[in-house]
Amino acid sequence: MAKVIYKFGDDISTDIIYPGRYMATVLPDETPQYAFDDIKELNKILTGSKVPEGSIIVAGKNFGTGSSREQAVSTLKGHELVIIAKSFARIFYQNSVNLGLRIIICPDIDAEPGDELEITDGKVINRTQHKEFEIIPHSKTRQKIIEAGGLIAYTRRRLLEKEV
Amino acid sequence: MGQTLVQKILAKASGRDKVEVGDIVEPAVSLAMSHENAALVMNQFYEIYKGANLEPKIWDSSKIAIIFDHRVPAESAKTATNQKLIRAFVREQGIMKFHDIRGDKMGICHQILPEYGYVRPGTVVVGTDSHTTSHGALGAFAFGIGATEMASVWVLGTVLNVPVPATIKVLAHGQFRKNVYPKDLILHLIGLVTNKGANYKVFEFHGDAIKNMPTSGRLTICNMAVEAGATAGIVPPDEETINYLRNIAGVTDDIELVLPDEDAKYDHVIDIDVSALEPQIARPHAVDNVTSIDGISGLKVDQIVIGSCTNGRLDDIKVAADIVKGKKIADGVRLLVFPASGRIYREAMEKGYLMDLMEAGAVIANPGCGPCLGIHQGALGDGERALSTTNRNFKGRMGNPDSEVYLCSPAVAAASALTGVITKPNEEK
Repeated sequence: MAKVIYKFGDDISTDIIYPGRYMATVLPDETPQYAFDDIKELNKILTGSKVPEGSIIVAGKNFGTGSSREQAVSTLKGHELVIIAKSFARIFYQNSVNLGLRIIICPDIDAEPGDELEITDGKVINRTQHKEFEIIPHSKTRQKIIEAGGLIAYTRRRLLEKEV
Repeated sequence: MGQTLVQKILAKASGRDKVEVGDIVEPAVSLAMSHENAALVMNQFYEIYKGANLEPKIWDSSKIAIIFDHRVPAESAKTATNQKLIRAFVREQGIMKFHDIRGDKMGICHQILPEYGYVRPGTVVVGTDSHTTSHGALGAFAFGIGATEMASVWVLGTVLNVPVPATIKVLAHGQFRKNVYPKDLILHLIGLVTNKGANYKVFEFHGDAIKNMPTSGRLTICNMAVEAGATAGIVPPDEETINYLRNIAGVTDDIELVLPDEDAKYDHVIDIDVSALEPQIARPHAVDNVTSIDGISGLKVDQIVIGSCTNGRLDDIKVAADIVKGKKIADGVRLLVFPASGRIYREAMEKGYLMDLMEAGAVIANPGCGPCLGIHQGALGDGERALSTTNRNFKGRMGNPDSEVYLCSPAVAAASALTGVITKPNEEK
């Protein structure tokens, strides 16, 4: 069970998640401080008092639209957030799978900040509002990368297979 | 049932006769492009080799391109150090397609790739930049990926897990009116389908308006396909493609044209009569917030930007120069011009376009991404409004969340520079 810390509408761009002016900072470990830097209240929540691992951001359609910048994923991964959205933009989606950010596609999700959610294999259960929502599972090929622990580990395995 | 252009390219690159929409394939990559974010790709590349007990080695030194464009010359010590590390990596790995900031070599990645003949029809091109969709203008399947995905490509030479996308056929016919351009067509299309209407799909552009369009215009429309969420935009290659590759890019080897089948199955068809189009404007803070210029002319602007991977080509600069020639831009307006490459900069100088622009009051900056993504030059002040030929107007895009960005064609940008308000070309007096 984890708490929703923030709720967004549709079309949250990578410029909102990780503003372009911080793009010279590339190493994943250095990116978390700049998460949602233009939304001061949210940045403060994330960088101030420690948000528990697995805390949830809920969003509408097309979360992560825009640039291919991977910092938009590493900055959220650094806070070990879970993103539940109605849908995700393509590059952001693949980057999340690759870096091991937990993202959940839930087309009907309805939850407010403060709600307690439980995530099961196929459903998101809103324990506060007593509602359940179906999850669209990741494809098998994406699941393989997630299970390998991300794309770095997966590609390393492929590389070693190739060398044998 | 026949196959779309992207299906044919993916089948070929995956060693298959045929692929169906939704199949997951692992195509061979013909060109893998990065800009300054190669610093992150390198980091992830070394991570992959960590614990593998192998010498870190890229799969093919002739197929990786690295182009400095996002922050050139370096705006900070951090960027300068990243660029230094990348130069060392380029030397160590023998990367052949490296473009530092130097004369004709320099430019925005999405101009350098076509200009140097690096993109060929029928191939798979990936780039760590969402506007990699640009290269569909030359008949390649070109799309953006993240840095870790690119590190994986650098190691394996293939892109893992590419779902074969459905294709939307865009049929653009008719003749553009005077002062209406490919930029207006793509803004109109994005307004029609919305910023997510083409998510996980591809636009394949057809019709006489595309046939008659120069490669520079095709680059503009494919560049912005991603703003409708599309994985890629693609133009079936034709005589214009060959002409561009031979006469502008200087390609001398064989060019193979891969074309869609006549009976290809499309997701749906969007029909656009370009002769009915007026100049288009995308209002803040979404690229699909599009209106015809008549709904918005007269709005005051503080800064006008002409350039970028969308509209920084010689044709674009000529259009702008012709409009401002012999006139002065309005008081209180800043006009910033960023040619898309060193070669374009030089040619625009030789033809007198830059002189015309500068005499009118423009600032001519060096080739690069400039203010488009708010990390280098030309940031906006609190409450300011920009009118720009770039491709995104998200909140905060030009470096300040308390500012607004409107998107338009070079013709509208130049006409508006003369008046200080959003102005339809030909009505700037």
